[in-house]
Amino acid sequence: MYLLKLILRNSLRHKLRTILTTLGIVIAVLAFGLLQTVVDAWYAGAEAASSTRLVTRNAISLVFPLPINYADRIRQVNGVKRISWANWFGGVYISERNFFPQLAVEPRSYLELFPEYVVDPDQLKAFLADRKGCAVGRKLAQTYGWRLGDTVPLRGTIFPGNWEFVVRAIYGGREANTDEAQFFFHWDYLNETLRKTAPRRADSTGIYFVGIDDADRAAEIAAAIDSTFRNSLAETLTETEKAFQLGFVSMSESIVAAIRIVSFLVILIIMAVMANTMAMAARERLSEYATLKALGFRPAYLRRLIAGESVLIALTGGAIGIGLTFPAAQAFSAKMGTLFPVFQVSAQTVGLQVVAAAVVGAVAAVAPSIRVSRVRIVDGLRAVA
Amino acid sequence: MAEPIVEIRNLSKAYRRGDQVVPVLTDINLEVAPGDFVALMGPSGSGKSTLLNLIAGIDKPSGGTLRVGGKDIAALSERELADWRAHNVGFIFQFYNLLPVLTAFENVELPLLLTGLPGRQRKEHVAAALGMVGLTDRMTHYPSELSGGQQQRVAIARAVISDPTILVADEPTGDLDRVSAAEVLRLMGQLNTELGKTIIMVTHDQRAARAAHRLVHLDKGVLMDGDGAEAVAGEGVKGEG
Repeated sequence: MYLLKLILRNSLRHKLRTILTTLGIVIAVLAFGLLQTVVDAWYAGAEAASSTRLVTRNAISLVFPLPINYADRIRQVNGVKRISWANWFGGVYISERNFFPQLAVEPRSYLELFPEYVVDPDQLKAFLADRKGCAVGRKLAQTYGWRLGDTVPLRGTIFPGNWEFVVRAIYGGREANTDEAQFFFHWDYLNETLRKTAPRRADSTGIYFVGIDDADRAAEIAAAIDSTFRNSLAETLTETEKAFQLGFVSMSESIVAAIRIVSFLVILIIMAVMANTMAMAARERLSEYATLKALGFRPAYLRRLIAGESVLIALTGGAIGIGLTFPAAQAFSAKMGTLFPVFQVSAQTVGLQVVAAAVVGAVAAVAPSIRVSRVRIVDGLRAVA
Repeated sequence: MAEPIVEIRNLSKAYRRGDQVVPVLTDINLEVAPGDFVALMGPSGSGKSTLLNLIAGIDKPSGGTLRVGGKDIAALSERELADWRAHNVGFIFQFYNLLPVLTAFENVELPLLLTGLPGRQRKEHVAAALGMVGLTDRMTHYPSELSGGQQQRVAIARAVISDPTILVADEPTGDLDRVSAAEVLRLMGQLNTELGKTIIMVTHDQRAARAAHRLVHLDKGVLMDGDGAEAVAGEGVKGEG
């Protein structure tokens, strides 16, 4: 109890210094948490992937389509339960800055394959019934103020022309990490238009989504699908949904790595600041530590005193920083709009923040603890604060 | 004749400065009897504080033997020395060396934390010690709220709280005004005569020296005149106002 009393009082001795050091740790832990959350957001698609969904695409490149008649042959592969397909639309809503994923899908099978997109039954009915209807995620609708019945104009880029869709359904995510920023419309609408305007591009799709019955057989079923189309005009590459998503992440791997490095650098910097603070404090109190040694207190007690103060300040700053991470993440997400559809502070990030704060406190105490342990009592008693 | 409480034979202490060896004490022989009040005097750099530090166990000699309370403290390890000091030495420093974040009560209680005494008994001991030095009404005050003389009295209470074998005082009146110095010396005299405490004190102050029973002079690390002891004819300190 005495030790705790001394630790607490020592940490409040120079209030301004303690407040400023704690503030530095708050900012560092907050920044660390936000940066880690950005990294998590990058991987959100891969993390939300289902282990019973495969993605089949053209083996040469995602840019090349697959014939729509592949669907029946894929359906017949042993282990395939369900199949749907989608084309990346890539249209522009008012301005190029308003980015959000737009997919032309086979709606019924797609929503069966993605049960995490929860649609009101009446809205689903309306969406299925309207060939020009679209289903949008809740976050997307909130960002642009769309309501049921609104018309959304998109300027086609991959599929030129001015396209209009009517919002017939607004879906919510079943899980906290479900992407609520997607825009789906009928593949048939796209295909019928292409038959009139660009017939050579019709009757093809960008990717197939394949639902399987046994996640453990994913590799085997993927290989079976690809062998079905070996030596055909459009050979396929089938992989798990997670691998497919990670393929996109890998394109910006260096950015993600840089963000991760910066997040840890921030912690290193505050560690140096904290170490300086503790070194200063130990220097000022050298004669007190020498007095305690003279009275018979062992070096281990003094080390606990110094480490206790350092960890207390670091964990206090860490706790405040963690608390502020949540509103900061919300504000950041609101500002970013649909750029990061899933932006959540995970339990793992909070755990990392706690560890970071504790490590900062512990490491910052090492040098002054060693110094105080080793200082000769007579030298310490002569020290002037 | 009672066995000496401090027995020093051929004691030496030197510091190494790079390649140079700087002698500080040379061939010191000294005995202090139980209940004695000894003042170590000498010019600056004579080695008196070094001798005091060796007796108190906060420094180690380079050679010779040093027995305090029958124990050869030069042979103890650092850990053993720390434990020994906790039970055998009471310190009175020139600048009091109280912990500024602890109250007078808590400062006095510090040495008792190393004795294993339960909390209630510790409180009783501390209250008694502060009463003895006349600071019962200041026990909740922090050192910054006390005068120099009061702080030194708290330090004296801390020094005696664990009933140590010896009290060592390094210039106990060096930072005090006349009145406070007289009060501190009176208290130390009381500890010596009424409680039989053995006190070894380093001082430049002639008034402080007069409070002691024996004067020991050092010069350039050597005791003057045999064991250098000069009996002081029991003057003590008369009340100085």
